[in-house]
Amino acid sequence: MIKRSFFGLTKPRFAYESVNGKSLKPEKISMPRSVTLFCKAPYKGNGLLTIGEKVKTGQKLVLYGDSEGYVISSVTGTVSSVSPYIGDFGKSYTAITISAATQEETEDVFGKDPADISLENAKKYLAFSPGAPALENFSGSDESQIKTIVVCGVDADLLIFTQQYVMSSRSEDISKGISILKRITGAESVVIAIPCNGNAPGSMKNAGAVGGASGAEIREIRSEYPAALPHMIAKEVLGQVVPAGKTWEEIGIGFFSAEAVASVGQAFSSGRIPVSKAVTLIKKDMSKVLIEVRLGTPLRDIFDAFDVKLNEKDRIIIGGPLTGAAVYSEDFPVQPDTDAIMVQDAESVSPVSDYPCINCGECVRICPANIPVNMLVRFCEAGQYQGAADMYDLYACIGCGLCSFVCTAKIPIFQYIRLAKYELERMRLTEEAANA
Amino acid sequence: MLNQKKFIVSHAPFWHNGSGITERSYHTMLAALPALLMGFYQYGMPAVGVISLSVSAAMLWELAFNKAAKLPVTVGDGNAAVVGLVLAMLLPATAPWWIVIMGTFLAVVVGKNIFGGIGSNPFNPVAVAVAMMMLSWGGCFDFNQSLVNYELNFPSMVYPLTAVKNFGVSAADAFTVSDLIWGKQIGGIGAGFGLGLIVGGIYLMLRGFIRWEISLSFIAGIILTALLFNTSDPSRYGSPMLHLFSGYTLVAVFFLAPEDSSSPVNFIPMLLYGLTAGVMTVLIRNIGAYADGVIFAILVANLLNPLLDKIRPKTLGHIGKA
Repeated sequence: MIKRSFFGLTKPRFAYESVNGKSLKPEKISMPRSVTLFCKAPYKGNGLLTIGEKVKTGQKLVLYGDSEGYVISSVTGTVSSVSPYIGDFGKSYTAITISAATQEETEDVFGKDPADISLENAKKYLAFSPGAPALENFSGSDESQIKTIVVCGVDADLLIFTQQYVMSSRSEDISKGISILKRITGAESVVIAIPCNGNAPGSMKNAGAVGGASGAEIREIRSEYPAALPHMIAKEVLGQVVPAGKTWEEIGIGFFSAEAVASVGQAFSSGRIPVSKAVTLIKKDMSKVLIEVRLGTPLRDIFDAFDVKLNEKDRIIIGGPLTGAAVYSEDFPVQPDTDAIMVQDAESVSPVSDYPCINCGECVRICPANIPVNMLVRFCEAGQYQGAADMYDLYACIGCGLCSFVCTAKIPIFQYIRLAKYELERMRLTEEAANA
Repeated sequence: MLNQKKFIVSHAPFWHNGSGITERSYHTMLAALPALLMGFYQYGMPAVGVISLSVSAAMLWELAFNKAAKLPVTVGDGNAAVVGLVLAMLLPATAPWWIVIMGTFLAVVVGKNIFGGIGSNPFNPVAVAVAMMMLSWGGCFDFNQSLVNYELNFPSMVYPLTAVKNFGVSAADAFTVSDLIWGKQIGGIGAGFGLGLIVGGIYLMLRGFIRWEISLSFIAGIILTALLFNTSDPSRYGSPMLHLFSGYTLVAVFFLAPEDSSSPVNFIPMLLYGLTAGVMTVLIRNIGAYADGVIFAILVANLLNPLLDKIRPKTLGHIGKA
């Protein structure tokens, strides 16, 4: 954990993980006995699936005919259960568990016919592929708002090198993916964001290979958190500031992780949907292992394979130390957007407190979005969410979590901000429903 | 599922830099030590007695208020102890016990807790208490009178600021700047030793426990204003150095003005806040009725704080009001 430096005058520096041109080899684990896949549709019974149904690797599983949510089976086996799952902020999913069989059969979803390469097919089959390509924001028509696609060859959070690995090892898939994306989405430009490390010619060369082949522009981003968060990339690399409360899609920028682009490239060139995900495993002693697992692999299998021992009151985090999400069970699976799994020992779990803000101003000085966090948190604590949004720029928050990191009173500021946004959205929806 | 281990689930971020209110309080007290030790050396056991009583009384008042208001006990954060300590630094070594008890009550209960406790006080609790005591029991803060029984190896046993106020600058001629810096002047227990306060202040600024912008602009405000007055009439108005190293100035610069809750957090407001406090200090000393205007200057600056802090940089993606 990064501690406060002795001299408090300087802001803490958070250097991103750098692979520095080292070639990383992901470690693989044996095939999981069962995988769990979260379908983005609220649970309404078994739907179109029956328990015991045989599925092949790469097969698209649709639960309910009226919903667009689907999953791609990452193993060959039989469907063993369909159950509801409630995620963070009450988001409902349907968890589909598949018991793996010993023999693997892979389904060819589409042929290698160039005509198959279309936005429609990509949307229909690739939303659940590793990296979770955000394709739903594109529309086939010319009115597609997204003009710029940013391929993130760097992970947004600290300690993680999943995307840097993908960037350096799968340049062919990525350049294919970029040209396909460009063609099917009609985006005007593609920008590849890579970490800025002058002494590592390797990454630049790799990116150069990608960029040269696909006509994408390569831009370096600062090696200091939070420079790789989408809002910061938009501002610092593209020079486009995302207005508070708007999404980056609304101003015409689409973000893809390098892995998502590689998935698109791989899927269309092989005709099969990729089912393995690269993940950085951050152990209790902060040592990091790059692993490659099937989507849906329960965390338990990964912990067993890499000798991670968990005790009561430890913490499992999906994602990085500043923006991740804690989960409560070792049965939680690797999802398409799981770039890292971090475990924390009970002793290094930092407590939060219900102390009031003492107005020390640390958060205000560290906030990359210049939010008056000291005032904002007072409003959020009091449940005055509308006031927080109107007067103290709640919606300008880019979600880096640095305010909570430096908070002297140990207030869970970031949590208050997320809660405020969630509550306001909920109120808005209720109001709309009432007016409709 | 029944035998499943229970993990801690909480919201991001999962790291914390390890700072804390208690740590902040202890380091503030540590920074006050050099000046205090000099006070103990000069005034002896009575000074130790005042400090000890003040710190413990402040903590007990905090505890009493917590209990009375049925709130969680907050003595452990050390803030009450800091308030008690800083208050005692401003008192003469001969302060009677009741003034210490009363002063800590005014600071901890009236100055801080009735506004909602730590972080909610609009004014510096110590400044509130000292201002009320100066108005109510001015005699206790008349250092010439309080310390009349002390005969120390100082150039002069008069309080420099009252001397200048009443008899003009020549009355303080006995004090060289180095006398003032080395604490060879009478005054509050922890307020006389300029060098010690500066060392403590630099420590606090470097460690980031106080905001250097406030302290430095405060000093700049004092020096600039005092220089203007001094240039206009050197016989009536003391030199900038006299203002800087006498009275409560340095305690105010490093311990009162940068108090978290009652000071701004944005860059320009911090500078304006410090400047205001500095300018007001010299104005009150030179034109006002009080020999030492620091306490009231701090209160005036505290009053401006919420307004000043509205001057802030535009947020990322700021949308103007429609």
